[in-house]
Amino acid sequence: MANRILGIVLAIIAAFAVGGIAIQRDEPINALWIVVAAVCIYLLGYRFYAAWITAKVLSADATRATPAERLNNGRDFVPTHRWVVFGHHFAAIAGPGPLVGPTLAAQFGYLPGTLWILVGSVLGGCVQDMIILFLSTRRNGKSLGQMARDELGPVGGFAALIGTLMIMIILIAVLGLVVVNAMKHSPWATSTVAMTIPIAIFIGFYLRRIRPGRVLEGSILGVALLILSVWAGGLIDHNETLRTFFDHPGAPLALGVIAYGWCAAILPVWLLLAPRDYLSTFLKLGVVALLAIAIVIMHPTLKMPAVTQFVDGTGPIFSGKVFPFLFITIACGAISGFHALVSSGTTPKLITNEQDVRLAGYGSMALESFVGIMAMIAATLLDPGIYFAINTGSGVVGAAAADAVATISGWGFPVTVEQMQELAAEVGESTLFARTGGAPSLAVGMASIFGTTFGRGLMSIWYHFAIMFEAVFILTTVDAGTRVGRFMVQDFLGQIWKPMANTSWYPSILISSTLIVAGWGYFLYIGVIDPNGGINILWPLFGISNQMLAGIALTVATGIIIKKGKISHALVTGLPLAWLAIVTTTAAWQKIFSPDPKHGFFAGANDLAEKLAAGTLPPERAEIAPTLIFNQHLDGWLTVFFTVVLWIVIIDMLRIAYLRMAGKPVPEGAEAPYVPSQLNGPVPSINGGTASQAHA
Amino acid sequence: MRNVSQMRSAVKTVWECVRTVTGDNAYDRYLQHHEQTHPGTPPLSRREFYAESMDQKWSGINRCC
Repeated sequence: MANRILGIVLAIIAAFAVGGIAIQRDEPINALWIVVAAVCIYLLGYRFYAAWITAKVLSADATRATPAERLNNGRDFVPTHRWVVFGHHFAAIAGPGPLVGPTLAAQFGYLPGTLWILVGSVLGGCVQDMIILFLSTRRNGKSLGQMARDELGPVGGFAALIGTLMIMIILIAVLGLVVVNAMKHSPWATSTVAMTIPIAIFIGFYLRRIRPGRVLEGSILGVALLILSVWAGGLIDHNETLRTFFDHPGAPLALGVIAYGWCAAILPVWLLLAPRDYLSTFLKLGVVALLAIAIVIMHPTLKMPAVTQFVDGTGPIFSGKVFPFLFITIACGAISGFHALVSSGTTPKLITNEQDVRLAGYGSMALESFVGIMAMIAATLLDPGIYFAINTGSGVVGAAAADAVATISGWGFPVTVEQMQELAAEVGESTLFARTGGAPSLAVGMASIFGTTFGRGLMSIWYHFAIMFEAVFILTTVDAGTRVGRFMVQDFLGQIWKPMANTSWYPSILISSTLIVAGWGYFLYIGVIDPNGGINILWPLFGISNQMLAGIALTVATGIIIKKGKISHALVTGLPLAWLAIVTTTAAWQKIFSPDPKHGFFAGANDLAEKLAAGTLPPERAEIAPTLIFNQHLDGWLTVFFTVVLWIVIIDMLRIAYLRMAGKPVPEGAEAPYVPSQLNGPVPSINGGTASQAHA
Repeated sequence: MRNVSQMRSAVKTVWECVRTVTGDNAYDRYLQHHEQTHPGTPPLSRREFYAESMDQKWSGINRCC
């Protein structure tokens, strides 16, 4: 009864908040409306939809022993309290994606992005994460690729594997680009980010040699040093000699990130990767909490219109109409295929009770989505003119400040050169024009939230703290992704020549690390030299590949649900799958066939080739034109590849569904047999009592 | 008085939760498990355990975008 009343109250508040957003369309809206609407919608989704799915669709059974209980080894398989699993899983899925995606998507106004973050997560992303987590738990923690192979067959399995490797390469490249753009000609940001490397190595030694395994004290020490490095970066920036060492254009910085990624992939994990991850996790949780508190205290008014004219596809930050490119751009904040890899990785080995997947899977993604909402608020509370001046590449609005402000003001978003200079001085940068990639604009947004709430005088510290936070975050993903990619390549090459599969054999480590770093390094470098900012090409490619991977995960889930005989229940994953298939295929189609050079990859390549042949390009652009032409072709073919892979998996699943409905044999699923749980007791409890419950 | 002890146990629970999430008490939990399952055999040292668990943690996909 109490639950029902709570549900009704939540529904009323949500309706009121959404109504508030809808009614105030023509006047500025307060961010608090969005926060309240979001929180209520997540709670409703969690309370009703997720509970219904766990009970009816998945038939989560508290009496069934989970792999953590059956295979408990005190290491990776450990029955863990559900709130701890929630923390673990959130730390694993939370990345820079939901910060960058909504920031870029704000070019359409705050409304389209906000709606998709809410609807997409509650009906899509959270559902995907939770169901894959559940299915993997039922299969002793099998990975998505293994599940695809077992449940659909070798074709689906191979497609999932190769899709994962490709998305990893694009992902690392685009994230690297975000960091490079944030450090470009900024001695403060570059020196701070550079200092994070020795700090991480020091903490690595501390945790390995000085105080082994004392993670909390090591992390607190490291975070203190990181904060100190932000302040030290400011000193360097104010020193005329020192600052020249850290003042670089994009290309050398990109080479630095590439060299760094290569080192991180071959060094022992305890030295760089593990300590960096501890620090970034601490920062991440701290900043998310701080941001939420600050947004509520500040409750800023959003200055961006609800919907801008750029929904028609003429947007300067990335091209393409609101459908389908809003959905491609938001990516991780609403639904992320990458989460399916994590949900079928370490987390299933910690689940004590099958019913805990609701909190760990659905709950973590709801929180992740809320991070996306906060990023959207941080982007849209800026003056739209400033937002566009920061995020638009010089190739679009012109390299001179006067040209840029004229163009942007011409769009109806007034901004002046003085305004931009003043803001740049306030945050301690030489310029904020054309700082594409999303990180600088997010940092300005965060700095103004923190600055207004906790003291405006420290704007430059807040700004560089935000940049450092994003960079640490992203570099962790670069390290971890490169390493995982290395393992995948080693696994792959090992099938051709056995010794290559040995993950600790140095020649194999060097070759496979070099291959994977060369892969993302190439895309990163091209992105950096692209005068249009690079992000407008790479981010859609990343979005398409990420949503395709989500499509693959949902296909596997749908196939399994159909095989269990619940055809109508398959709609739970089937509908988000259908939507993703439509969105990604439409986006891919436009990227491949659009005759508009701003939009289509091949059209862009042809346009550039014509200009090059006609000699109308300025010399510095003519020099890089052949590389850019080749790259656009490559991006086009990659898009074709992603689309084909997704449809192969979908058709494979439809084949299974047909066989199942026709009563013919289908691949036997690999669910672990039922063993009664000793931990959870015979009485299923809706809250899922767990082993390490210390509340009693 | 009862409230004070309740509060204390609540704080302790939260603290243990934090230590578990971060992995700060991973070695203590390993020792406990080892004691139960392999009594009489020598457990790994703190340093060995940390080195092994790091290699294991980072051999799969456990970080995201």
